[in-house]
Amino acid sequence: MAGSNRLLTILAHAILIIGVIVVLFPIWVAFVASTHPGETFLSGELSLWPGNQMIENYSLILGKGMKIASAPPLWVMLLNSLIMAMGIAIGKIFISLLSAFAIVYFNFRFRMTAFWMIFITLMLPVEVRILPTYEVTANLGLLNSYPGLILPLIASATATFLFRQVFMTIPDELTEASRIDGAGPIKFFFDILMPLSRTNIAALFVILFIYGWNQYLWPLLITTEDRYATIVMGIKRMVEVADSIPQWHMVMATAILALIPPLFVVISMQKLFVRGLTETEK
Amino acid sequence: MRTKRVTFRHPWLPYLLVLPQLIITVVFFIWPASQALYQSVLQQDPFGLKVTFVGMDNFIELFHDPLYLASFKTTVIFASATAFLSLSLALLLAVVADSVVKGKGFYQGVMIWPYAVAPAVAGVLWWFMFNPTVGIMAYVIDQTGYKWNHFLNGTDAMILITISAAWKQISYNFLFFLAGLQAIPKSLIEAAAIDAAGPIKRFWTIIFPLLSPTTFFLLVVNIVFAFFETFAIVHATTAGGPGQDTTILVYKVWRDAFEALDLGGSAAQSVILMIIVIAMTVIQFRYIERKVEY
Repeated sequence: MAGSNRLLTILAHAILIIGVIVVLFPIWVAFVASTHPGETFLSGELSLWPGNQMIENYSLILGKGMKIASAPPLWVMLLNSLIMAMGIAIGKIFISLLSAFAIVYFNFRFRMTAFWMIFITLMLPVEVRILPTYEVTANLGLLNSYPGLILPLIASATATFLFRQVFMTIPDELTEASRIDGAGPIKFFFDILMPLSRTNIAALFVILFIYGWNQYLWPLLITTEDRYATIVMGIKRMVEVADSIPQWHMVMATAILALIPPLFVVISMQKLFVRGLTETEK
Repeated sequence: MRTKRVTFRHPWLPYLLVLPQLIITVVFFIWPASQALYQSVLQQDPFGLKVTFVGMDNFIELFHDPLYLASFKTTVIFASATAFLSLSLALLLAVVADSVVKGKGFYQGVMIWPYAVAPAVAGVLWWFMFNPTVGIMAYVIDQTGYKWNHFLNGTDAMILITISAAWKQISYNFLFFLAGLQAIPKSLIEAAAIDAAGPIKRFWTIIFPLLSPTTFFLLVVNIVFAFFETFAIVHATTAGGPGQDTTILVYKVWRDAFEALDLGGSAAQSVILMIIVIAMTVIQFRYIERKVEY
């Protein structure tokens, strides 16, 4: 019995290690490719070990960009991605906190109407209303601008529902006590609700940052100028070039740079990430 | 939908609080969606000079268009293959990870990596590995005698985008399966072990049935993902090709609007996609209601 148990444990770890390899292999291969000179890919030689061109490749693509693909320096795209991701995460949290507060703590006319209008956004991802949303954004003069990148993506029913749930668990006694002490709704919001929802806000922030950083279709549609290009959408034209001219080391360096920030967030805030993921799916 | 027992009273503050979200919702969601509905019953000539009301013609035309029907079929194949591949791999890994004592944290820590990677980047990583001339996977496959080429072979291209999408979804599925497994009372599994049921029998008779709510929920989530969030994978890699072989619905709606400039047809496709999302959301919410009752 003990012997077969031991065998099972070894088998279990073997399966898990294969799983780990499957998950990490594409990232490893991309990293390796990004450290070799471009000629490596001409000879069709395959290596699974990093080369010696890492610093050259990364400093070239970060500082000068990829000329053949007429791509701007990558630090510009990284910065745009950061602005977009932060804008979306903060914007979504901000407007959702406010509307959840109104829906939970006030009895006002059109309360249910407001709730349903927010609910409906769940059913309309950008992919299904793509052309008219683009037209609206163009008519507002928001093409090639940060508000254009951010605003259409910050309405979120999930975030509003999450905060609604959080607020519903906060005991009424706290509200009564602060009202007796003469606190108005705004003071209550900042002094009681905000501190009590801090962890939920942080968990949601992690999820929304990744969501914002990884956007592809929307920035692709509304940015035609390089100075607003984000890194995730920018990778496409480099791939197109790489299919004819061997520039794979540059493309893979871009891919690695595009995945490091969200990966860093996930790894360094693993607990909050897992919490945010399981909470937003309720 | 209740409020708190204790509420605040204010003549205008609640309206001001919901206003930002409502403005965004009306401007960027409800208005565009109604425009899509409206345009789906119109026909515009290519120069945008004349617009005529055509009723359901755009929809009828779509369902007689072999390219659209093919795209529908492609999407269904892609979504089911992605969901099946990702769910079964994640389930296997979660069950095994749940059984080990040492290293659980490490395995979970690594399994969540793909979630951070953008779909477009995930697609490009696999696109590179399968590249017929420089890709390591293509090289390995070539050794078996099969000439891999996703530029020419539609099945190869479909396998490629399926693997990319499934890889990306492993994190999510793994986390939810692991949480589901941890919620199963250990006494049940121990009782079965005492009755001398082996690990495989224990899995199929106890664990798998008890996990079925989680599996069903994840199935819906994975299908929604494959239907609506994989535009980037297709656009950044196969561009719908070769031919039409990987033209999934969300890719076609984009191409017909922005490249073929078929506004009515694209709007009709948008409306059909909306109906699919609404159906999926309803299924998801009914499931959650049941979960609350338990």
